[in-house]
Amino acid sequence: MIPEIGHFALIVALFLAFCLGILPIIGAARNNPILMGTARPLVHGQFVFLAIAFGCLTYAFVANDFSVLYVAQHSNSQLPVAYRVAAVWGGHEGSLLLWAFLLGGWALAVAVFSKHLPEEMVARVLGVMGLVAVGFLLFMLFTSNPFDRLLPAAADGADLNPLLQDPGLVIHPPMLYMGYVGFSVAFAFAIAALLGGRMDATWARWSRPWTTVAWVFMTGGIALGSWWAYYELGWGGWWFWDPVENASFMPWLLGTALIHSLAVTEKRGAFKSWTVLLAIAAFSLSLMGTFLVRSGVLTSVHAFATDPKRGIFILSFLVIVIGASLLLFAWRAPKIGLGGKFDLLSRESLLLLNNVLLSVATASVFIGTLYPLFMDALGLGKLSVGPPYFHAVFVPLMAPMVLLMGLGPLARWKNFSAPELFRRVSWAFAGAALLALLLPLAMGKWTAMIALGLLLAFWIVASVLLSLRERLAGHGNFMKRARGQSLSYYGMQFAHLGVAVFIIGVTLVKGYETERDVRMNVGDTVQAGSYEFRFNGVTDTQGPNYVAGQGRVSASKNGKLVTELFPEKRQYNSSGMPMTEAAISPGWLGDLYVSLGEPIPDGNGAWAVRVYIKPFVDWIWAGCLLMMLGGVLAISDRRYRIHRKNTKHVSDKIGATNAMTLEGKAS
Amino acid sequence: MKPEMRDNMKPRQKRFVFIVVAVVALALVVGLVLNALNKNVSLYFTPTQVFNNEAPQGRSFRIGGLVEEGSVKREKDGLTVNFVITDKHKSIPAIYKGILPDLFKEGKGVVAQGKIEADGVMHAEEVLAKHDENYMPPEAADALKKGETANASAVAATSASAPAASAAK
Repeated sequence: MIPEIGHFALIVALFLAFCLGILPIIGAARNNPILMGTARPLVHGQFVFLAIAFGCLTYAFVANDFSVLYVAQHSNSQLPVAYRVAAVWGGHEGSLLLWAFLLGGWALAVAVFSKHLPEEMVARVLGVMGLVAVGFLLFMLFTSNPFDRLLPAAADGADLNPLLQDPGLVIHPPMLYMGYVGFSVAFAFAIAALLGGRMDATWARWSRPWTTVAWVFMTGGIALGSWWAYYELGWGGWWFWDPVENASFMPWLLGTALIHSLAVTEKRGAFKSWTVLLAIAAFSLSLMGTFLVRSGVLTSVHAFATDPKRGIFILSFLVIVIGASLLLFAWRAPKIGLGGKFDLLSRESLLLLNNVLLSVATASVFIGTLYPLFMDALGLGKLSVGPPYFHAVFVPLMAPMVLLMGLGPLARWKNFSAPELFRRVSWAFAGAALLALLLPLAMGKWTAMIALGLLLAFWIVASVLLSLRERLAGHGNFMKRARGQSLSYYGMQFAHLGVAVFIIGVTLVKGYETERDVRMNVGDTVQAGSYEFRFNGVTDTQGPNYVAGQGRVSASKNGKLVTELFPEKRQYNSSGMPMTEAAISPGWLGDLYVSLGEPIPDGNGAWAVRVYIKPFVDWIWAGCLLMMLGGVLAISDRRYRIHRKNTKHVSDKIGATNAMTLEGKAS
Repeated sequence: MKPEMRDNMKPRQKRFVFIVVAVVALALVVGLVLNALNKNVSLYFTPTQVFNNEAPQGRSFRIGGLVEEGSVKREKDGLTVNFVITDKHKSIPAIYKGILPDLFKEGKGVVAQGKIEADGVMHAEEVLAKHDENYMPPEAADALKKGETANASAVAATSASAPAASAAK
């Protein structure tokens, strides 16, 4: 009964989305306030019914209703309750429902927090989001209904893939999806601007916080996924340039470009058409990410489906969305114009260069990811593009971008004098370069890549410090000046520092990691870096839904015991799948990482063991956290909140003056 | 003349400079991408193709198929593993030093990346992990299909003329 209610709620949500996609947009075109006014109630209704559907599926999982096909495929009665809830998005159908539910949530948020926007803008934005929802709900109802019944019901479920039974994976997909779906808001704002033919600094100020929030979620989602891969896949890698990772990385790169382009549009009124194009592209890549991951075209842990009907549906959906928005762009972009003029040497042109580099980087990832697909589709043979391709392309593109990243915030808008700027930064740059050249020597190994990575990171730090000094130094009250800077300024600097911390992590872990795969008898020791690892054998333990061999490894430094590690090799009861659970002892300066390979046959308890030292690896995710914090600070800026009060004030004032004139006339 | 030009660069000249810079940058990027692709694409071959010497010599490529039953042997160091990759038509021996993925098993699908050395053995640098028991790497599935068709035609050929069927081991 409950699943049928969920199914019915989806159909109602589809109907409401249809109305939402049509009525308010017509209303905005005809300037009909009644039709425009339908947008908010429709969004509320849509959200309620999507929430009901989502709740029904969650209930089916928690209650172990194995008469629902999707539940039977992705859950098991032995599964702990928390993972049963997470299993809702552990497969294709449920992920789509999560997508649609989050889309409803974003639309609701726009409806609630847009009281200060002109009615026709709200109508158009919500209408476009309604159209996107129509696409997804149709897709779900016709090709991937999560509420399909399985008759007769299965006695027990097939279980959730053990790799996904992990706290990191409980949060990773919703977070990433919040980002994917969040870009639909930026997209809807862009389409609304095209439809209305009006795009100015105010428009940019409206859509900026939404884009930043989406970007923050996406950063978090990608970072969580990477962290999960690091501790869960059991071999210590944190980024594999896997097509599925690339699918989320591409919209992130373009989203980053979009944030910067929006900044120029807000501050200087420039880059208008470009901003719109970026918003369209970022959302299209989000959709494509969903397509790549969900269609089964790319086979990996994320590819839940291998049903071509779904692929064709998403592909046509994609073609319609991209085609229609580009047509609209070609037709309406001349009307919104290119925006303000700027000199060859100006903060605008630096940001333009940053945008170009980010877009080119996106394109290169795109080529590397889809090239094998195209070749295969054209019958030219099967091939794969490995991580070396991405390294070879990415470093030369990102290095100049990071150098520019230090200059940008220091340069003046409209135009700057190159000699003056270079004089200002010369000491900062020289200091960063000197430190980057010498530090690797002190750490015992010097390579050009390490020095380059450190140079980029230290250069960012130095430029941030320089900018802070220029703004805050001087006589008098320091705290007052510090408080005088806008939150969005601090947000930018935090995010940039995040990039520096991230680069330090990547550089040092790549440069100084020790990886030893060794055969270890009970009592054997192995030296890795400055640590000595002793293998104390493997004993059997029992988990809630698995049995495991638990290894005991003690790590010591200079003869002193540092920590004990307990890596596991698990065998899951229902699926019979083996799983490696690494043991990690984290630290600011690096992680000790031990995972069990396999038992050596006839080895008297000997095992193949991975013993890794990962210096500064956690800085990678700390950097992502800083970037997120920067984004959060930026959207907390006063000017986004003051806006609402201002409009209220103005209307109050108008009311007051009206009253006064009336009074004046009366007297 | 020159300083004047720089001081009042006309919009037309500015645009020209911009276009030249853009074209040069584009050429650089395209070159970079093509070069990287050219160097880092690894082609995929089936055991039958490798057997027929269709795979490149001295260059890394990928091979997909099944791990032949009973073929996995460990050397004394416990880390070096010898096994045979088959598409049920032709088989190629492979060697890998390191820890194999959890789901590496005899009779299951596998994809290995590496080079064929002079000894005719695939020296794998990487053995690809699968994430799911029921999942077959597409390359391996493809190899099996091709192997089957090759077997079918081999059977047809043997029934026509008796000899030369034993090479399929």
